[in-house]
Amino acid sequence: MTATDIETERHIDRSAMTVSDEVAIEIRGMNKWFGSFHVLRDINLTVYRGERIVICGPSGSGKSTLIRCINRLEEHQQGDITVDGTLLSSDLKNIDRIRSEVGMVFQHFNLFPHLTILENCTLAPIWVRKVPKKEAEATAMHYLERVKIPEQAHKYPGQLSGGQQQRVAIARSLCMNPRIMLFDEPTSALDPEMIKEVLDTMIGLAEEGMTMLCVTHEMGFARQVANRVIFMDQGQIVEQNEPEEFFNNPQSERTKLFLSQILGH
Amino acid sequence: MSDTHAQTQPFVRGEMLPESEPPLAEKGAVKWLRENLFSGWLNILLTVVSLYVIWVVLSTVVPWTVLGIWDADSLTGCREIRDARYGEGMEVACWAVIADRWQQLLFGFYPRDLYARPVLALLVFFAGIAPVLFTGLPRKLLWGSLAAPFVMYWLLWGGSIWGPIVVALGLAVGALAFQVGNRAQGALLGGILAIVVPILYWLFLAGPLIRALASVLPIGIEFVPSDDFGGFMLSFIIGIAGITLSLPLGILLALGRQSDLFIINKVSVAFIEIIRGVPLIVWLFTASLLLNYFLPPGTNFDLMLRVIIMVTFFASAYIAEVVRGGLAALPKGQYEAGDALGLDYAKSMRLIILPQALKIAIPGIVNTFIGLFKDTTLVVFIGLLDPIGLSNSIRATTDWNGIYWELFVFIGILFFICCYSMGRYSLALERKLTRENR
Repeated sequence: MTATDIETERHIDRSAMTVSDEVAIEIRGMNKWFGSFHVLRDINLTVYRGERIVICGPSGSGKSTLIRCINRLEEHQQGDITVDGTLLSSDLKNIDRIRSEVGMVFQHFNLFPHLTILENCTLAPIWVRKVPKKEAEATAMHYLERVKIPEQAHKYPGQLSGGQQQRVAIARSLCMNPRIMLFDEPTSALDPEMIKEVLDTMIGLAEEGMTMLCVTHEMGFARQVANRVIFMDQGQIVEQNEPEEFFNNPQSERTKLFLSQILGH
Repeated sequence: MSDTHAQTQPFVRGEMLPESEPPLAEKGAVKWLRENLFSGWLNILLTVVSLYVIWVVLSTVVPWTVLGIWDADSLTGCREIRDARYGEGMEVACWAVIADRWQQLLFGFYPRDLYARPVLALLVFFAGIAPVLFTGLPRKLLWGSLAAPFVMYWLLWGGSIWGPIVVALGLAVGALAFQVGNRAQGALLGGILAIVVPILYWLFLAGPLIRALASVLPIGIEFVPSDDFGGFMLSFIIGIAGITLSLPLGILLALGRQSDLFIINKVSVAFIEIIRGVPLIVWLFTASLLLNYFLPPGTNFDLMLRVIIMVTFFASAYIAEVVRGGLAALPKGQYEAGDALGLDYAKSMRLIILPQALKIAIPGIVNTFIGLFKDTTLVVFIGLLDPIGLSNSIRATTDWNGIYWELFVFIGILFFICCYSMGRYSLALERKLTRENR
C-alpha cells in the first residue's frame, strides 16, 4: 500500500501530533548479546513525548529486539535505558512499573484464547492497577468502541479475524492507559485487506498524540504518520531522519539499497 | 476458430429440481449395517465369528452372574443350594459372600456402630468437591471446600474437635503471614513467610494449644485408631488425599522444573526423576519399614499418613511431567503478553498460563489420578487392609475358604465405577472448555 492510497481515503489531523521537549525514553550506549552473538551494538536513542518513530530494516537487524528491550522482554547487557524517568534495572518493581506504563502490540497478537475479548481487556487493569471490575469493563468497552469492535466483546479471540484480533490487542494495551506504545510488526501477520483497519487504528492513536515506536515495513504509514524514521542494519542504527528526507534523499548506501528493494516493485 | 469446445451445448435450467429422499439402501440402519458389518465377504465372516465369540462369553457369564446365590452363610452352603436348585455341574456365582461381608469390604474393622461417620465423611467430600468440579455453582462455596478436609478428618478419626480446628487455623496463619510479608517486602518474602510461619506454628504452637483447649472445653467424639480402617474406605481415603494433594504439588514441581532459578530447578528435576524412577511398591516399603529408622525414637508417625505422603509424592511426579507438557505446548507469546501487561510471575501463571496449560493437561492428569486410585491396592503388601487385603482375610475364614471370583468381581466393579466416572468427568470437562473458547 503506498502513501497516496491511504491519503486519498483518510485525511490526517495533525493538530494534536506535537512533539514536546520532555524525554519519554532515553537509551545510552546499549549493547545486547544473544549468547556470543552481538545483536545490538551501541544503541543511542532519545524519544521525546509525542514522537511517532518508525523503525525499519532487514530481518535480523535487531529492530524487534530493540523495542523489546524497552519493556524488558529482552534483557540488555550494557548501557542504560530510562523509560519515563525510571531506570531499567533488574529491580522487579521497576520492571513491572515500566511494563504497566508501556503498551505493546505483537506481530501475532498474543491475545489470551481462554478469555473473552472483554476479559482480555480488563485482566491487567483489574489485577495490576486494582481497578474495580465495573469501571475496568466500562473503560474496556470505551476502547473497544474506539477500535470499532464493541459488538465482539463477549466472543473469544479464536472467533475473530486477524485484523479484529490485532485491534483487540491494541485496545487491550490502551486499557492500561499507557504513555508509550510499542508496535512489533503489527501488520506482518495479516491479510492485505486487514492491514488497513489496523493501520487506521494506529493512525487514530497518533492523532491523539500518543508516543509510538513502531517496527513496520508499511512505508506509507511511515511517510504519513512518523516524525522520524530509523533504519537499522546488523544491530546498529544506520540512519535516522524525517520521513520526507529519509525516503527522498537517503544518505547511506545500505539505506538506498534497502529502500530500492522494498519500494522498487 | 472459437474458444468454445465443439461439443459444448448451451444449457439453461428451466425449473429447479425438488429435494428428494436418498434410496432406501442408502440411509438409516440398513446403510449403517451394510457399511459397518457386511461390506464384503471378509467382513461378513468376521462379523459372524465375532458374534459367535460374544455369544459364547455371554452365555457363560450372564447365567453365572444372574443365577448367583445370595442366601447362604458359607461356601459349602452355597454349593448345596446350587446343587439343589440347578442340579449338579452348573456353575453359578456365590454372591452370599458379598451379602455376608459387604460391610467389612467397605469399612474394614471400623466400629460397626460408627458406620454413619465414614458415610457422612463421603457426603462431606462430595459437597466439598462439587464447587471445584462444577464452575456453575456459586464461588463462595469454595470456602466450604477448604473446610471439608478437616471436617472429614474429624468424622473419620474422631477425637477432640480442637485438633482439626487448631490445625486448620494454620492456614489462616499462613494467609496472614503472606499478607504481612507482601506488604513489607513483596511477594517473595510473603511466599517464604506463608510457608515457614505455619510450619513453625504446627510444630511448636499447635500441640500445646490443642491440649489447652481440650482441657478447658472437652468436646469430641469417639476416637478410632488407623489400624481399624480398611476396605474401600481405606482406598478412598488414600486415593482422595493423594489426588487432592498431588495436583498442587505436581503443578509446583512443573513450575519449578521450568524455573530459571538454578537450585529450585535442580531440586524439582531431582525430585521428579528419583520419585518416578523407583517403583511405587519400593516407596511403600520405605514408608512402612525404613522411615522408622530415620525418625527420632518414640515418634508415632501414623502408617496411613506415611502411605498417603508416599502416594502423593509418587503421583505428583507424574502430574508434574503431564503439566510440563501443557506448559511447553503454550506459545511463548502468551508469557510475553502477560509480562508486557505488567502482570507479575504469580499472576501471569495463575490467570494466563496455568488455565491454558492445565486444560491441555486434563487427560493426562485424570489418567494419573485413575492410576493412583488403582495403585492404592498395593498397600496390601505393607499390611494395610485394603479391599484386596480384606478379601484375603475373608478367604482365610473357614466359611469362605476357596472363594475368589465373587470377591474380585465385586472389588473390580467398585473400582471400575470410580475410575469410569473420573474418565467421563474429564471428557465432559474437556468438551466444555473447548466449547467455551473455540
